[in-house]
Amino acid sequence: MYEIRIHSRGGQGGVTAARLLALAAFRDGKYATACPFYGAERRGAPVVSYVRIDDRPIRVYSQIRNPDLVIVLDPSVMEVVDVLHGLKRHGKVLMNGTTTEKIHGAPAFAVDLTGIALREKLVIAGSPILNTPVLGALAKMGIISVDSAKSAIREMFSDERNVRAAEAAFQELVI
Amino acid sequence: MLTIATGNKAVAAAVKEVKPYVIAAYPITPQTEIVEQIAEYVTSGELDSRYIPVESEHSAMAACIGASITGARTFTATSSHGLLYMHEMVNWAAGARLPIVMANVNRAIGPGWNVWAEHTDAFQERDTGWLQVYVSTVQEAYDTTLMAFRIAEHADVILPVMVNLDGFLLSHSMQSLDTLNAGDFVPPLHLPHAIDVLNPAGYGTLTGPDEHFRFRWEIEKAMRRSRKVIAETERDFAERFGRSYGVAEEYRYEDADVVVIAMGTLGKEAEVAVDLLRNEGVNAGSLRIRWLRPFPDLDLSGREVVVIDRDYSFGFGGIIAQSLMARQRVDLYSVIAGLGGQEVTYDDIAGFVRERRPGTELWFGVNGNV
Amino acid sequence: MTEIPKEEFILKCTSACAGCPSTLILRYVLKAAGADTVLVVPACCTSVIQGIYPNTAVNVPVYNVAFAAAAACASGMSEAFQKAGKKTNVIVYAGDGGTVDIGIQALSGAFERETDFLYICYDNEAYGNTGMQRSGSTPIGARTTTTPGGKVHAKKDLDAIVAAHNPSYLATACAAYPQDLFKKVQKALTLRGSKFIHVLAPCPPGWRFSSEMTVEMGKLAVRSGLWILYESEFGKVTINGPSKAAMIKPIPIEDYLSVQGRFKGIDRKAIDALKSQAEQRAKHLQKEAEGIC
Ligand SMILES: Cc1ncc(C[n+]2csc(CCOP(=O)(O)OP(=O)(O)O)c2C)c(N)n1
Ligand code: SF4
Ligand SMILES: [Mg+2]
Repeated sequence: MYEIRIHSRGGQGGVTAARLLALAAFRDGKYATACPFYGAERRGAPVVSYVRIDDRPIRVYSQIRNPDLVIVLDPSVMEVVDVLHGLKRHGKVLMNGTTTEKIHGAPAFAVDLTGIALREKLVIAGSPILNTPVLGALAKMGIISVDSAKSAIREMFSDERNVRAAEAAFQELVI
Repeated sequence: MLTIATGNKAVAAAVKEVKPYVIAAYPITPQTEIVEQIAEYVTSGELDSRYIPVESEHSAMAACIGASITGARTFTATSSHGLLYMHEMVNWAAGARLPIVMANVNRAIGPGWNVWAEHTDAFQERDTGWLQVYVSTVQEAYDTTLMAFRIAEHADVILPVMVNLDGFLLSHSMQSLDTLNAGDFVPPLHLPHAIDVLNPAGYGTLTGPDEHFRFRWEIEKAMRRSRKVIAETERDFAERFGRSYGVAEEYRYEDADVVVIAMGTLGKEAEVAVDLLRNEGVNAGSLRIRWLRPFPDLDLSGREVVVIDRDYSFGFGGIIAQSLMARQRVDLYSVIAGLGGQEVTYDDIAGFVRERRPGTELWFGVNGNV
Repeated sequence: MTEIPKEEFILKCTSACAGCPSTLILRYVLKAAGADTVLVVPACCTSVIQGIYPNTAVNVPVYNVAFAAAAACASGMSEAFQKAGKKTNVIVYAGDGGTVDIGIQALSGAFERETDFLYICYDNEAYGNTGMQRSGSTPIGARTTTTPGGKVHAKKDLDAIVAAHNPSYLATACAAYPQDLFKKVQKALTLRGSKFIHVLAPCPPGWRFSSEMTVEMGKLAVRSGLWILYESEFGKVTINGPSKAAMIKPIPIEDYLSVQGRFKGIDRKAIDALKSQAEQRAKHLQKEAEGIC
């Protein structure tokens, strides 16, 4: 089982990112679940969501304690949350941004999802949309296939700019 | 069609498939997505139902009652405080023999406010005459909602059915979902006592001490008959669509010396604990109770039992543990865990089994001795 | 200008959204009410804004209670304080849903019994806490998650309902006019019996505008005449300054509607309905203010 924890802030689309990722994994023929952990927080508060991917049906509902991958959609949550908490020994980190210098002790990758969203003018109510471009980065990391990433995005959003943003993230992420 | 969906969306999709005439519901966390999705279906024209955005849950159930007695298929959904606020009408629906289907997204009851999973909300309605079923996956939420309409409306039953799913854990989790073309799996509703101006009758008129108990007995008779209807419905569902669940779902149960009994998502998590224990050489199995009413006949003889109650009856005990002990002599370790969304992992469950002390009760996370 | 006390009763650690009107309103309510105050809060955004146990962001006692129960609970509290010879202010602070929908029975009962309390309804025109479903107070044409095509029914006239109970004091206010709100709360608390203040609460995520626009949105509501600031003391109606000006020369209501995402795609019919409701209300209130009604 491959376990992923996504850190974001309420309203940034972390929950949708989890759902898109699960959908893409499902389109790859895997079993997948996406469970947001809902606090009572309002917009702007740090939130986590979880994705599990496996070849067999998933029966676990409790929170992910030892993720294989941590995704940080909003690096500012790192001031209040230990995003590396419980990360598996060979676990990885995917950061939204231009640098991974704040991550120590784990292989980290950075891609400027915010920049990509702004370039594609993917902005809702003032906030750039990160949940579709991040799928491109995850495809590059080999967690989902490129085709499934695109079809998942198209199933949930009709605007092709989302697919273009994912393609851009795929191009820009250096592994 | 194969897709992925949340537990809430699965319920809404099943409701769309059976096309109730009238849906009346009131939003409450974590059920809200069901109401929103149904509003969306109705607005877009995908579902041709009358949707009544009532001003409270008492009115939601009252509106369903008013619709149902005309012979219309009806649906509502709620959770915790909403369910308790409609309590009077919940009783009314069963007493009036109305086959209303309701989804209840299990959540704790305040104070203090808590929006997370617990079963005490629905358990407080267990004596009302409703059939109650608890599901553990998105697919099961969908399938069971379809079955609920058929069971409720069956001529031998004509009682309301409550489909329960764990707040957030299942209501907001996304998993694969195979939506069906239900065809005639749920036949049209014929309510024998539907209001008919050509055949006027008084409904719910004053009923004296010589009559009241007869109506109560009729409810119990229907409840007893429902066991067969549930089994038949499950069988037909399995034949048509290839999935079945049973009144309780067994996992590595046959040869198990110690059995974990739980409901809802904890019942699934328990399966993982069973695998863990088997690897350690413990002959464990699990049993996930689906139907709370009618309460299943379980044969637990010769096994040790660890019951996890995500509920409590103060001054009495875990409600499932007590219910099992009332029916049979079992060596039972009662664990109270998961209240108000308390995190319970498969490791924790395996721990309950390893450290079981039959004949006692454990409140997970606190020192239970007073 | 009224001197507003520096003392804060809302601490800086609320869990509200950025630009939250409920927090803003409550801040001035408590400044006006002072420390000898108990809040009774039914389920609403404010239940969550206070923070999570064991913390609280509010520095007066807050009694959180079930959604339908605020006015009834406050009745008991008010009687008990009186019996004990205490002059503590009992203030219900409730959302529009908890007031016009599920809570209206308790509200009506408390006002009919002339319960000595102040009931404040902050009106963000939807069920904010559960993610913006329609309420009876949602205006026609507004999209919510349960009215994805725009609401077809008109906003309930809460003030007329409360006025029918002949309260000692009834006023409207708006998050964008804190001075006015402050004075109204102070005045209400000097009077005996049932007092009511209905405060418009422009809500950024619910109305879909960006979070620094809360005050601007409230001003547009008043200037367009869709929200009228007035007060009624023992039935005598006074229209307040900003609304007097708006009645002479209102801005087009489209200026208010077009800056909110919830009115996107609103049709002509709904706009006309909103306009005619606003005009009728203005006329009615003017007559009342002149003592003609
Ligand atoms: C009996 C009952 N039904 C439903 C709910 C769920 N609920 C909590 S707050 C709320 C909406 C509150 O809306 P409003 O009063 O307008 O306050 P706001 O959230 O907008 O501040 C709802 C539906 C509940 N807590 N209790
Ligand atoms: S939804 Fe609106 S009223 Fe509720 S906390 Fe957020 S800004 Fe405040
Ligand atoms: Mg509201």
